[in-house]
Amino acid sequence: MTEQTPRLELEGITKTYPGVIANNNVSMKIMPGEIHALLGENGAGKSTLVKFIYGVQKADSGILKWEGQEMVVANPNVARKLGIGMVFQHFSLFDAMTVEENIAIGISPELAAGDLSQRIHDVSQQYGLPLDPTRYVHTLSVGERQRIEVVRCLLQDPKLLIMDEPTSVLTPQEVDELFKTLRRLSDEGVSILYISHKLQEIKDLCHFATIMRMGEVVDNCIPSKESPRSMAEMMMGANLVSPEKTDKADRGAPHLVVRDLSLASSHQHGVDLKKINLEVRTGEILGIAGIAGNGQKELMEVLSGEMLVKDQNAVVIGNVPVGKSGPGIRRDAGLGFVPEERLGHGAVPEMSLWENAFLSASKTMNLMSKGFININGSVEYAQNVVSEFSVKTPSVEHAANSLSGGNLQKFIFGREILQSPGVIVALQPTWGVDAGSAAFIRQSLLDLAAKGAAVLVISQDLEELFEVSDRMSVICEGELSASRQAEECTVEEIGLLMAGLSHDIKEGETAHA
Amino acid sequence: MLRLELRGEISRSMIYWSPIFAVILTFIAGIIMFTILGVEPLKAITTFFIAPLNSLDGIAELFVKATPLVLIAVGLSFGFQANIWNIGAEGQLTIGALAGGGVALLFFNVDSLLLMPVMVIAGILGGMVWAAIPAFLKTRYGTNEILTSLMLTYVGLLVLSYLIHGPWKDPEGHNFPESRLFHNAAILPMILEETRLHLGWIFALFGVAVAWVVMTRHMIGFQIRVIGMAPMAASFAGFKEKHIIWLTLMISGGAAGLAGMIEVSGPIGQIVPVISPGYGFTAIIVAFLGRLHPVGCLFAGLLMALTYLGGDNAQIEMNLPNAVTGVFQGMLLFFLLASDVLVRYRIRFGKAAALVAPAAATPPMAIDEEGA
Repeated sequence: MTEQTPRLELEGITKTYPGVIANNNVSMKIMPGEIHALLGENGAGKSTLVKFIYGVQKADSGILKWEGQEMVVANPNVARKLGIGMVFQHFSLFDAMTVEENIAIGISPELAAGDLSQRIHDVSQQYGLPLDPTRYVHTLSVGERQRIEVVRCLLQDPKLLIMDEPTSVLTPQEVDELFKTLRRLSDEGVSILYISHKLQEIKDLCHFATIMRMGEVVDNCIPSKESPRSMAEMMMGANLVSPEKTDKADRGAPHLVVRDLSLASSHQHGVDLKKINLEVRTGEILGIAGIAGNGQKELMEVLSGEMLVKDQNAVVIGNVPVGKSGPGIRRDAGLGFVPEERLGHGAVPEMSLWENAFLSASKTMNLMSKGFININGSVEYAQNVVSEFSVKTPSVEHAANSLSGGNLQKFIFGREILQSPGVIVALQPTWGVDAGSAAFIRQSLLDLAAKGAAVLVISQDLEELFEVSDRMSVICEGELSASRQAEECTVEEIGLLMAGLSHDIKEGETAHA
Repeated sequence: MLRLELRGEISRSMIYWSPIFAVILTFIAGIIMFTILGVEPLKAITTFFIAPLNSLDGIAELFVKATPLVLIAVGLSFGFQANIWNIGAEGQLTIGALAGGGVALLFFNVDSLLLMPVMVIAGILGGMVWAAIPAFLKTRYGTNEILTSLMLTYVGLLVLSYLIHGPWKDPEGHNFPESRLFHNAAILPMILEETRLHLGWIFALFGVAVAWVVMTRHMIGFQIRVIGMAPMAASFAGFKEKHIIWLTLMISGGAAGLAGMIEVSGPIGQIVPVISPGYGFTAIIVAFLGRLHPVGCLFAGLLMALTYLGGDNAQIEMNLPNAVTGVFQGMLLFFLLASDVLVRYRIRFGKAAALVAPAAATPPMAIDEEGA
């Protein structure tokens, strides 16, 4: 391989933002036909690097060589002309248009002219990406939408395909299909730059991995010769402590109960919840898997009290029916919750940490007297959270948006957990959080359950759910499957449920009450 | 080359420096403007900004003018912090003046110590009622409060016009569209001999103090700030948006109503066709110039009051048109908004980055964007 000219070569790429070095002297080579993993925690500088390659962003210094020739990729059009295609994590598709129309507006006019429909058909056949050009995008699943993006790139005969976290929205089966396509492309000589933090996938798929940390390339490896754990440690530069399930506290009575809950979504393209039933007992963690956009957000809102239902008994916390009661009353009943968005939902970005501690703990921690804020008490509570949950911050006077994602998430979890809630509900608890903080947060959820709280985790990360859950169910198009002991579930079964291909976990509990 | 660069965190000190920059820039622009107009700039500036404060009477006048501005601005800043845009303080002021003044007329020649408190309450309630209409429409039908509150201002002015041309017209007033003069018990007591400074100024100072405590220490202020900065976080915490809409509109409406009542019961002493020279609108500038902070509003209110006095003075002394007042107020707001950029950005001189990509400097091969 070494005698070959690399498809893409980067030398000494440096990019600084005010106060941050996003890329520091990054160099890497991608050979023709190579599936090259770019691996790193959030904020390691992967996106910055990719934006540079795709011409979205300029670097301060450094050289880019395309097939041996030094080049300036001034903008994405230039990148596409060279043969660089990119599939973004967030799709840019128009719901009200057909597949063909969406593809046509994303490519050059010459390419869009003529028998586009036929070519879409051919490409999708050739690479095993079944796609009907006449379908409207809003009728497609997330996996199918991603195929549109992939096909759009393939129509342009790319020589380098960049994929940014492509599997975060896919079921395990869809992931397998995607990998087949990617391997075929690789066999044909297409290079693939694969960005992910899912280590098992990288081990299965990629030929070579470049590992980044804090804007620098810290290591290289051949993933098939490594274990996910060893790669995680290279990525973090530290030993990874994986969460441990402690001996189970006795499972007690159901502490969070949802009965026949249906609700039309208030969001424009939201998902209606259909007859949701679930029970979380004290000392137990229930994990709810599902592909993004299948009703997780709506379920979270209904549990937190941000959306109310007509039946007071549809949601019961402890012994208190709260279906019609808002978040305040639910907190009084012992509910703690951690929404998906850290900045702007779980915390007020411009407010200091102590004010953010006061935000949800004002009543439970007695931080208020006659409506006046007990500032000293709030500061003290915030300091407690910071020290117990090892949040890295100079002081609690600093604004929430000055913290990194992982640190802020630890702060938010700490704030909720130290209020000793009887029930905690978390949506995507470790989304976009570095591996160290993620492990810490999972451990604290396990500890909380061990102390007798009922814990509900809604997540798209299957590895995470298998790591923490005692029981699992799957939400698909607003329907929740019956739950089953986590040890008895396989990834395949969960995957089928996520895709909506089977309706209940077989041989599961009969309880669908 | 001049360039703006995003700051990592917002600059706390710039929040306070920016209004000071705005004042300095306004002075500079004013000097340029006067020079172009062929007026001696230093004399004009002196007449405008310094001469009014030469006497005790002048300073008392400043407080008299600042009273409604400060009161209304402090009230508005509650709403503005929660992104509730009450633009109709002028109308609420008018209705407050009518309610407070109406009580005075209703109990004409009744000498009771209770009259003044009842007038104060009536004034506040009048403003609240007028602000309750946009509050109801917004919470019930999702109507935009900017439009409703603004339009109601004109309705309020017409109500005023109707009353003083009709039922409330002074029977001995030679058919002038004015109410009769209030009797002594309905006139706000003076607090400084030989001047027009009245009790209303104390109300304004008291309002500033209460607002400061509520805004920084009380749950109400906290909820307002959270809703303004992150509405989702407010619903996460269980704060009810509708309550805050009502609350902030009641606070701002009540403050404007009180200011209106103070005007008719203080410096004016009767109900006249023009109660306010646009205090309700100028207070919006005051609120922003004062950083939506009660103490800031106090200083900004004094500054704005000075532009009113200076305008009058310049008109008398130098024959300058009264529009100069409006020009100065406009420039202040304009420069404030411009200076506010510095809260989030810093100015850098020179090139974008010290390091220049060698490839970018001499591209061996660059594909043109054209035709792509």
